[in-house]
Amino acid sequence: MKIKVKVNGAWREDEVEPRLLLVHYLRDVAGLTGTHIGCETSICGACTVLVNGEAVKSCTLFAVQADGAEILTIEGLAPDGQLHPLQQGFWEEHGLQCGFCTPGMILASYQLLKRNPHPSPEEIRQGLEGNLCRCTGYQHIVKAVEWAAARMSS
Amino acid sequence: MATCKYDWPEAAERHLIGKPISRIDGPAKSSGRAKYTYDINRPGMLFGKVLRCPHAHAKVTSIDISEAKNLPGVKAVRVIQGEGKEILWGGDEIACVAAVSEEVAEDAIRRIKVQYEELPFLVNEEDLERAQSQGHTRAPSVQTKGDPDKAFADPDVVISEGYYGAPVITHCCLETHGQVTEYDGSDHLRVWISTQGVSTIPQQFAEVLGLPATHVEAICDYIGGGFGSKFQIDRWGVECARLSKDAGGKAVKLMLERDAELKVAGTRPSAFAKVKVAAKKDGTLVAWQSEAWGTGGVAGAGVPPLPYVLEGIPNQSKKYTAVSTNTGGARAWRAPNHPQAAVLTLCALDDLAAKLEMDPIEFLTKNTGLAPEHLGETYNDELAKVAELSEWKKYWHPRGRGGSGRIRRGLGVSIHTWGGRGHNSNCDVLIQPDGSVEVRLGSQDLGTGTRTVIAIVAAETLGLPVEAIKVTLGDSRYPYSGASGGSTTVGGVSASTRRGSVDARDQLFAAVAPALGVPPDQLEAAAGHIRVKGNPAKSLSWKQACARLGTKTIQATGKNPGPCELGSSGVGGAQVADVSVDTETGRIKVNRMIAAQDCGLIIDMKTAESQVYGAMIMGISYALFEERVMDDQTGIMLNPNMEFYKLATIGDIPEFIVHMMTGPQYDRRGVIGLGEPPVISPGAAISNAVANAIGVRVPTLPLTPDKVLAALEKA
Ligand code: FES
Ligand code: FES
Repeated sequence: MKIKVKVNGAWREDEVEPRLLLVHYLRDVAGLTGTHIGCETSICGACTVLVNGEAVKSCTLFAVQADGAEILTIEGLAPDGQLHPLQQGFWEEHGLQCGFCTPGMILASYQLLKRNPHPSPEEIRQGLEGNLCRCTGYQHIVKAVEWAAARMSS
Repeated sequence: MATCKYDWPEAAERHLIGKPISRIDGPAKSSGRAKYTYDINRPGMLFGKVLRCPHAHAKVTSIDISEAKNLPGVKAVRVIQGEGKEILWGGDEIACVAAVSEEVAEDAIRRIKVQYEELPFLVNEEDLERAQSQGHTRAPSVQTKGDPDKAFADPDVVISEGYYGAPVITHCCLETHGQVTEYDGSDHLRVWISTQGVSTIPQQFAEVLGLPATHVEAICDYIGGGFGSKFQIDRWGVECARLSKDAGGKAVKLMLERDAELKVAGTRPSAFAKVKVAAKKDGTLVAWQSEAWGTGGVAGAGVPPLPYVLEGIPNQSKKYTAVSTNTGGARAWRAPNHPQAAVLTLCALDDLAAKLEMDPIEFLTKNTGLAPEHLGETYNDELAKVAELSEWKKYWHPRGRGGSGRIRRGLGVSIHTWGGRGHNSNCDVLIQPDGSVEVRLGSQDLGTGTRTVIAIVAAETLGLPVEAIKVTLGDSRYPYSGASGGSTTVGGVSASTRRGSVDARDQLFAAVAPALGVPPDQLEAAAGHIRVKGNPAKSLSWKQACARLGTKTIQATGKNPGPCELGSSGVGGAQVADVSVDTETGRIKVNRMIAAQDCGLIIDMKTAESQVYGAMIMGISYALFEERVMDDQTGIMLNPNMEFYKLATIGDIPEFIVHMMTGPQYDRRGVIGLGEPPVISPGAAISNAVANAIGVRVPTLPLTPDKVLAALEKA
């Protein structure tokens, strides 16, 4: 099937199999490997991207379901190399270790801050509960989101 | 004090070492640019899949791969364990395919027809008698020291007896195991592999594939977690390479699915024990007796070091029985055998302290003389520190006196130890005439901050900012550096980098000394300059100095081990857990975790503290949630997914206080590893806190609500 999607600001058209998951489309067809795969069963959140502004675990959608949609992946958050405050926050506050969960964490945080620009630590924890980190950098992840929230509102 | 030229700089002269410095790979990781093995895509790449045995114990009676072979898009099919082979655990490899897409590979796997003769199996080991009666136990190892019978018979001692345990758990790295293999011609193999030991990979492949090790290159720029499970090339790695070969050299990517990852790619052995322990009325420990067992799969398990830490208890009687189960095999799991040993020992000691009506911190402090040599004092300092930081005196109460309300709060403590001596490491330090600096080595950064530590050491030695150092690792073509296991990396790479950087710097001094009109030993590298000691006005900027090299690049090799003591081994560590237990639902909430940790000289305070935070959260995870559940009826794993193999989430994390022990007495020990020690204590500390809160012991981890309620009922 033919699909047309806007990925990180640019439209593209591809012929895909109906059973192709969005995460595989992004990684293998569009070549955007910053979106990671941790479980493929919609638990870990490593594959989180934004579809029409909503954080979505991209292993829960087929690529064909995203036909016509606008998608933002981690690569699109720093298009010209200038890190987004969230990306900077995860670096500054050490919100990453192996970094495998990081793109998903950042995009889930992105939506969280869009909905709630000044979240309390409690709200950050609630908002990110769908994203797992096995290196368990959770403590610093909360700090990283707070750091970004402060930058983004100033 | 005699100094040695490679010695670490004195505290007053350190500009970077020991400071909180952000990791240098932060931007690559937070922007999605970091390429993990999973992210490697090669031109014309094929996808590999493995057919796994659905039975815990079976014999392959027939296998037919013809239909798979004939499927369009399939480029290679291999039988791994064929007719007549006995399969000893569920999920073991039977056959594999390589095809043009993952989907076609999956279709092909479905077309392979295998017949099995099912055989009897054992997959659960907590019931030791059953394991024994089914012939699944090894001959026990028995050790005695002193006269335990006499010591326990002394009418003046107080004795506590109990049952404790920790089940099998998995590594569950977020990036599963796997690799991309590609042949260049018929005898050159390139492997992108998610590994903890880049330099060790070529030899492993060479041996099985019959290639010279020089013809194998291993690459691992970034790895999504290892925790001890990613040292071997594994059978699926070898088969992946063979699939490439069969497919005419094409690249094949074979990453494990999550269920395979949890079934076959690594577990931590279980440990259960009946423990009896005795002390004099003043709390002095006199006798230990344990009957312990556990499983690490078919091959049994490693023996937990009992009694843990306080190994000098004068009278001991120990028995350990390894149980062989038809389950995926154990691998090193962050501090192998120690977290289990801590649960078996520190929980038993806590029960004894409760019986003695002693404060467990006082009780442990009284007995730290039984710890190995230099550690006694460290423990006293660390126990005092966690007592202070947790406000122990204010919040602790004698066991069970946490009130009669529905929610009861309690505090628990544990201590731990680990080696962590730096491993063998070689590196090249290059200074280019344009002033750029690179450190190259065949090491890997598991996310612990290895790159950053290397950059800090080189920058400190050369008087440059951290950003001026390019660290190139993750490729077996660079100088050999050991695998990252046993918390040996930071000690190894920081020492080799220090020695290489000092030598490179001295070569630069020699090159610029004439221009500055002093002998080379009068020079120092500081603040981006090469300058005359005591006369900073007489200097060259780093760039000017390097320009004097003309066209000559400086290349110095640093080694560990090597001259001057730059590291040592043996750390302590103490932790306190503060929990609330809901006595109606059985749910445990960890309120606070407090850690005091030593690790000799700290290179990067930020990555060091981060290891402790992360380890404590991982500890909460295995203390409260993690357990591999095997089905007695079918022999298969019931929770091979992230939905039912529970990990701690961000909502489960408490308040943390981390205190790194610093000062001359720690600096003097040089660099010692840290990744593992802080993951050891949380299980025991949390279990002890729960016992303190509700007045009874929940015997085994994970401390799930059903077990808490059962313990309360029994009380
Ligand atoms: S890979 Fe999509 S949620 Fe884990
Ligand atoms: S940083 Fe490794 S999984 Fe989160």
